[in-house]
Amino acid sequence: MSEKTKAKHHHEPLFRIVKRDDLPWWQAWLIRIAAIVTAVLLVGVISTLLTKGSLGEIYQTMIKGVFGKLFEGGSTTMLWKFLQETAILLCLSLAVTPAFKMKFWNCGAEGQALMGGLASMICMIELGDKLPYPVLLLVIFLTSMLSGAVWGVIPAIFKANYNTNETLFTLMMNYVATQIIKYYVYIEGGGSNTIQPVAEGNLPVIAGNRYLLNVIIVAVLAVALFIYQKYSKQGYEITVVGESQNTARYVGINVKKVIIRTMLLSGAICGIAGMLLVAGTDHSINTNTVGGQGFTAIMVSWLGQFNPFIMVLMSALVVFLRMGTGKVADTCSLNASFADIAVGIVILFVVGCEFFIRYSVKFKHNKKEVK
Amino acid sequence: MIIAFICRAILLGVPLLFGSVGEIITEKSGHLNLGIPGVMYVGGISGVIGSFLYENACGNDIANMNPFLAVCIPLLCSIIGSVLMGLIYSFFTVTLRANQNVTGLALTTFGIGLGNFFGGSLIKLVDSEMPSIALTKTSSFFTTKLPFADSLGFVGELLFSHDFLTYVAIIIAVAATIVLKRTRVGLNLRSVGENPATADAAGINVSSYKYLATMIGSAVAGLGGLQYVFAYANGVWSNNAFGDRGWMAIALVIFALWNPSLAIAGSFLFGALCNANNYIQGLGTETQELFKMLPYIVTIIVLVFTSMRKKREHQPPESLGLSYFREDR
Amino acid sequence: MAKIALELKNITKTFGAKVIANKDVNLTVYQGEILSILGENGSGKTTLMNMIAGIYFPDEGQISVNGEEAVIASPKDAFSYGIGMIHQHFKLVDVFTAAENIVLGVNDGKYNLNKSKEKIKEICSKYGFSLDLDKKIYTMSVSEKQTVEIIKVLYRGADILILDEPTAVLTPQETSKLFDILRNMRNHGKSIIIITHKLNEVMEISDRVAVLRKGESVGVVNTADVDPHKLTELMVGDKVELNINRTTPKNVSDRLVIKGVTCYNREGVKLLDDVTFTAKAGEILGVAGIAGSGQRELLESIAGLQKLQSGEIIYHNPKTGKSENLRDKTPMQIRNLGVRLSFVPEDRLGMGLVGNMDIIDNMMLRSYRRGKGMFLRRKKPKNLATEIVERLQVVTPSVNTPVRRLSGGNVQKVLVGREIASSPTVLMVAYPVRGLDINSSYTIFNLLNEQKEKGAAVIFVGEDLDALLELSDRIMVIGSGRITGTVDARSATKEEIGLLMTKSTKEGGEDNE
Repeated sequence: MSEKTKAKHHHEPLFRIVKRDDLPWWQAWLIRIAAIVTAVLLVGVISTLLTKGSLGEIYQTMIKGVFGKLFEGGSTTMLWKFLQETAILLCLSLAVTPAFKMKFWNCGAEGQALMGGLASMICMIELGDKLPYPVLLLVIFLTSMLSGAVWGVIPAIFKANYNTNETLFTLMMNYVATQIIKYYVYIEGGGSNTIQPVAEGNLPVIAGNRYLLNVIIVAVLAVALFIYQKYSKQGYEITVVGESQNTARYVGINVKKVIIRTMLLSGAICGIAGMLLVAGTDHSINTNTVGGQGFTAIMVSWLGQFNPFIMVLMSALVVFLRMGTGKVADTCSLNASFADIAVGIVILFVVGCEFFIRYSVKFKHNKKEVK
Repeated sequence: MIIAFICRAILLGVPLLFGSVGEIITEKSGHLNLGIPGVMYVGGISGVIGSFLYENACGNDIANMNPFLAVCIPLLCSIIGSVLMGLIYSFFTVTLRANQNVTGLALTTFGIGLGNFFGGSLIKLVDSEMPSIALTKTSSFFTTKLPFADSLGFVGELLFSHDFLTYVAIIIAVAATIVLKRTRVGLNLRSVGENPATADAAGINVSSYKYLATMIGSAVAGLGGLQYVFAYANGVWSNNAFGDRGWMAIALVIFALWNPSLAIAGSFLFGALCNANNYIQGLGTETQELFKMLPYIVTIIVLVFTSMRKKREHQPPESLGLSYFREDR
Repeated sequence: MAKIALELKNITKTFGAKVIANKDVNLTVYQGEILSILGENGSGKTTLMNMIAGIYFPDEGQISVNGEEAVIASPKDAFSYGIGMIHQHFKLVDVFTAAENIVLGVNDGKYNLNKSKEKIKEICSKYGFSLDLDKKIYTMSVSEKQTVEIIKVLYRGADILILDEPTAVLTPQETSKLFDILRNMRNHGKSIIIITHKLNEVMEISDRVAVLRKGESVGVVNTADVDPHKLTELMVGDKVELNINRTTPKNVSDRLVIKGVTCYNREGVKLLDDVTFTAKAGEILGVAGIAGSGQRELLESIAGLQKLQSGEIIYHNPKTGKSENLRDKTPMQIRNLGVRLSFVPEDRLGMGLVGNMDIIDNMMLRSYRRGKGMFLRRKKPKNLATEIVERLQVVTPSVNTPVRRLSGGNVQKVLVGREIASSPTVLMVAYPVRGLDINSSYTIFNLLNEQKEKGAAVIFVGEDLDALLELSDRIMVIGSGRITGTVDARSATKEEIGLLMTKSTKEGGEDNE
């Protein structure tokens, strides 16, 4: 058990690690914020070393890279780009969240979103001139969700019945989806590697802004998912299954059913993300449409503690870093991949800081310390 | 043509072999390192940097280059780079007990970023017209064939015509199998991955085994990146060219049922599957793309099949993905 | 007399501020003897042995090995003094072979499994083990696994072997085989300490018996000089008056009739063997038995969580007068039949409650499906939570506190409070006061009495015989998955129940008494 006293004549270890769960929530958040600040500082310092600019200049460039000329002339072009990218990342993060809450490691958001996007694309091309616009939109919406859901539920069925490792299964499904897209793009593109943007079946442009609808849809999704997880019976079942399958069985929850149902939901939301990318943004598709954000979403969901509203902040942080450091790289003629390095560093810091929330390090002579 | 097909399959398979053997070594300690794709990028770019510096130091003249140094410098750089990546991963997952999936994915983002960043910077530095950097001189040392290979006809081509890293990969895979199966170190390592509490009670230092396995595994995986650049791509680095081979290496681990020797056959099979489309007559490009799905689908089938059969030897190490904290017992 | 192998002087061990596991224990073990450590659950046997094996370190006292003072701070230290312990929960790697498990962690020169196997075979033939060294652990029976554990200890050169309840998981045949081996080892000069409850086995195997009660040593006797009755008296001590108010059952009627229930675990070991009994409304049925004798499986069978091989579970519905067979029904189906069955499981935070959820959400576990629509209604659960916190005096910052932050007693109040809130017709509780202080224990006992008076059939699985005798109306004793007897709690004595508990079932038992 946890009590393990050492002999007096025996050398006592310098420190020992003790589990704790009595940390007030605000202290936990203080640690997380400290980790983010440290990481952003570190990114800044690395930037100064690479570019020989001052720290202030670097952060100025970053802010400019995200908000553009918002503060000098009020141009909102970059701001909308920022909101759009945040929305897409958030949408994918929302998608994987119910699965994670159930302790089902859905690493397949990339593929599920691609399949959703593919469904949109096919509808746009094949049905674009055959159906009235509102019906077309509805068909696009439904088929995308269905397509993502099917891609998500296949691993879930095997997990529920044979306990097949879902992390590896969903990972593989991503690459199968990528190849299907390649195949489709080749056929539709007539041998080239691109499909020209399709004019039919695009999501409507509202208030003259091509990103606004996407942002609204994702915002609604975030609120809906928050309510679903916190106030619905199904959300409650997901939490119980994730916390303890034993308890779930004890109160008569059908664990298999919950796993399959939740992955249908997770895949369907990924499908929506794919639709937003294809029908709502690019009006075309290629293997890079989701661009690895399915993986970033996993980290955002985790960093956001599975809470949709914290995830809004986390996706904004990640997109801010990505765009900001991208701008730094651009102006200082560094390689654009600098952004990936920055995002990687920040995520590692935030993941690592959880240690100081869950454990405390006790030094010799009962001295207690946080770090 | 069959000979050429097989040789090509082997060439394509070797990076996967390195990657999967590295991942197997790591997973045997109970850690699912999803950072392997990033590690392989870093392994590749570190080698490129080393070779770039050495070629420059020799005035870009092959006559000045010492074959031994030309090979060893990139090799050493590659290993150092990957081991550092492994160190980061193990610090977070072993010492800080962070979630392995998230840490691994972050490391992949970070590693691919590093690879492309330095790659891109070097490309800019040499002011090349192409978006790539060519280190063909170093590559020529890496791909030197055994002198008697040509004289032995197709046997020579099949068995002796490969670059030396191919043989290193096979040797490492066989050695890893032997170490895992027949030595005390291997026994201890496997017990750590299966049941760390039992290993701990038997007096085995669980943390240091986890650290070492992750770092050695990363070093091996990183060589896959190196082999890709200097043997497959003839010393040409271009950003993102390595693609998703890292994920395929992780898939191969499942296919090989956590046995490094099986990974040899598996990697060549994967290489063949990736390549079969080019050798089957009359395939349209679109069908070729469908063919490239095969390695992943085969992996999924193996994954499902092993979980259905539940044969214990073919399951992942029992504590894979779980952090070990002694007082949790 | 033979040489002293191990000596304990004034060993004391406490956990936290309150729990005294061992107090001033003195014990001497000679070379070439088998010593039994006898005591009830919770009497401190295992803690004492864990200190010898290096799992715990004593707060006070001195351990000497072969006449020299020894400091044993880890299992590794214990091995260096030639002490090895075989725990109840085996520490083996499932996918390894027997030989691999045996040599794991031993650094004896160059690694050569074949050479090690020779050495293992020598040990086997010396003491009479039969074991296939290349067999994988996961394909082994419990008895084979135990053999591996014993050889593992011998391979490390142990001269003092401690076995914790070695026969709890064995069949009578396997037990007698084990005893032959133990005698063999004793004859080779090894010292063997067995922790046990079973009196007939104590009589059969040991040279001397040390009896522990409530953490203290109450006597060491030569087995030849005592009989089982004397040992039981030593073990259970005098009856303690708890002053629980027990009323005479009113309106007693059959509520739950269990007939011939039998079940196996995944490895094919029989967990319940032809269990037949009746739980009556308005009565508390105590269930006594050594831990792990099938109590958990019995309750889970009734709750619809255990697959049965045979048998019937008949419920008589007091409202409709109908009878239903609950066998092979899921918990949901049982509830939908209108059976108000409440169950307080042994594993409070792993099964009964969700540790990370607050009290309100834990209240909902049973009732969240109520009401139409897809949304939860938290109002009633919130009122229930507030009510339970007030009525049972649960110490908590608020009803929004995750239950894992509460102390054991308060966790149990929350769980029992929820389970009785649905006015059950059958209430099953497993070890409801384990780890609780006196006041919390009384709160729980009073709740059980209240339910009995309201006409519920209460099934109370307990370990403290005093509490069982004071609270129950009838006591049923279970041993190795079988019912070994049922007594009237008002007239029965602890000795009587102790004998039933330790009565080895099937063939072996009766003969030895």
